[in-house]
Amino acid sequence: MLEVNGLRVSYGGIQAVRGISFHVDEGEMVALIGANGAGKSSTLRALARLVNPVGGNVRYRGKELLSLPAHQLVAEGIALVPEGRGIFPRMTTSENLRMGAFSRNDKQAVERDLEHVFSLFPRLAERAQQVAGTLSGGEQQMLAIGRALMSQPKLMLLDEPSMGLAPIMVQKIFEVIRTVASQGMTILLIEQNAKLALEVSQRGYVMESGTISLTEESAKLLADPKVRAAYLGE
Amino acid sequence: MDTLIQQLINGVTLGAVYALVALGYTMVYGIIGLINFAHGEVVMIGTMVAFTVIVSLAGSGMPPLLVLALGLAVSTLVCMVLGWALERVAYRPLRHAPRLTPLITAIGMSIVLQNVAMIIWGRNYITFPPMINKQIYDLGGASFTNVQVSIVFLAALMMIGLIYLVHRTRIGMAMRATAQNPQVASLMGVDINRVIAMAFVIGSALGAIAGCMVGSYYEIAHYQMGFMLGLKAFTAAVLGGIGNLAGAMAGGLLLGIIEALGAGYIGDLTGDFLGSHYQDIFAFIVLIIVLMFRPSGLFGERTGDRA
Ligand SMILES: Nc1ncnc2c1ncn2[C@@H]1O[C@H](COP(=O)(O)OP(=O)(O)OP(=O)(O)O)[C@@H](O)[C@H]1O
Ligand SMILES: [Mg+2]
Repeated sequence: MLEVNGLRVSYGGIQAVRGISFHVDEGEMVALIGANGAGKSSTLRALARLVNPVGGNVRYRGKELLSLPAHQLVAEGIALVPEGRGIFPRMTTSENLRMGAFSRNDKQAVERDLEHVFSLFPRLAERAQQVAGTLSGGEQQMLAIGRALMSQPKLMLLDEPSMGLAPIMVQKIFEVIRTVASQGMTILLIEQNAKLALEVSQRGYVMESGTISLTEESAKLLADPKVRAAYLGE
Repeated sequence: MDTLIQQLINGVTLGAVYALVALGYTMVYGIIGLINFAHGEVVMIGTMVAFTVIVSLAGSGMPPLLVLALGLAVSTLVCMVLGWALERVAYRPLRHAPRLTPLITAIGMSIVLQNVAMIIWGRNYITFPPMINKQIYDLGGASFTNVQVSIVFLAALMMIGLIYLVHRTRIGMAMRATAQNPQVASLMGVDINRVIAMAFVIGSALGAIAGCMVGSYYEIAHYQMGFMLGLKAFTAAVLGGIGNLAGAMAGGLLLGIIEALGAGYIGDLTGDFLGSHYQDIFAFIVLIIVLMFRPSGLFGERTGDRA
């Protein structure tokens, strides 16, 4: 579904991503783990065209992705849940969710999907009319995921959905991610919390200073002593 | 008492005009954080174009109201194109430049527009042929005209339309999203280049209408009139909290009233040392006070909130 080849991202002189290649197949959940500053977010931001990669190519369902402007990706079925959530702080919860469906024009289906998101996250239904900037961090993360779902994506790119959240909230959010994945969504998941990411995903890539150093089935990565030592704190 | 009522009436009229112009500053600032100093000149061009249309049609035998409406329509169209072109040619290439660069460009564009207007319309004051049969009504010793009523009514209509656009339509939703977080807005499928262009176009249309109001209210126009008008409308936007639409409307109205009251009473207050032609100083006193004590304005958002 997604095939990345030799992707490079630079900020001024700094090379954040140094020619990485990986792929995500239809219906798969793939984890991308690595230390702070390894270049995980930069990779996702390049895929979502929020930064212009300096090299490489990305094929997505037979199309060259890097030739599309950012605002056309959502119509191709790609949704990014950005690091730090990126909600619209002065819009209400429900306006934020409707922004997720901005590029759609099937009104009735949008209403149905709104109900679906509310059923996945009942907390959002209670807060529907609340201004999103006043939601708690966990609620904002739910909102960011719900908003991504509102675009009816085929591929979801999640950037650290567990960041800064209490364990109970992380659990709730990952429950939903599992549910969505089990319904056939293709997901590329970035996580600091490597254990969690490898537990829910089928395959994993380990990123180290801008390159991919290891790739394996998630279960094997979880058992790998080197990975355990470096990323699972053992 | 008569003076009070009279100055309130004048203030509301003036304030309606300031509010329309202030909206142009605040919409652009809210979305790309740029103070478009050329906006006052767009308003001036609006006045001038309306003048040309009205003068050239005045002798044609068309009904005066139709001539006025045509003047308004043509000047609105011209200003929309001008606003669009300004963004496209002068500001878009500088989108990622340091903040000072587009600001200086804006000042440059305002000088360019002034000079273009001087070449086309000359350096003298031009007088508007009166199109409306002016009627004067009496209100408790004070008076107001049908021109004033039309100005206030039309301005209110435009503002209601704008509020509807921003809060109830797709493009309005895109504008609010872009103002709050442009990158994420583009992830949602918003073409932010289009949204930014729209902000300029809508702001310029409101400016053109304000320009026509100024022309028919004072019945004169001049190629430098955009400078003072722009500065005052900018003050109004800052007073209300720049970037905030309701703030621009309230700030415009308030500034108009402050200025009119100031002009009405400045003679009494200074023992006739300063006359009402000093009314311009009030806008700047307000600007200085706001910047000193409440730079975020009356309705100001905390700057941390801005995208
Ligand atoms: N806008 C930017 N300008 C300059 N350098 C940047 C920018 N964004 C990221 N970098 C640098 O690129 C490198 C990779 O950053 P990136 O955000 O991709 O890391 P990450 O793997 O997502 O880390 P984390 O787990 O901490 O989120 C870092 O060294 C970072 O300092
Ligand atoms: Mg990151």
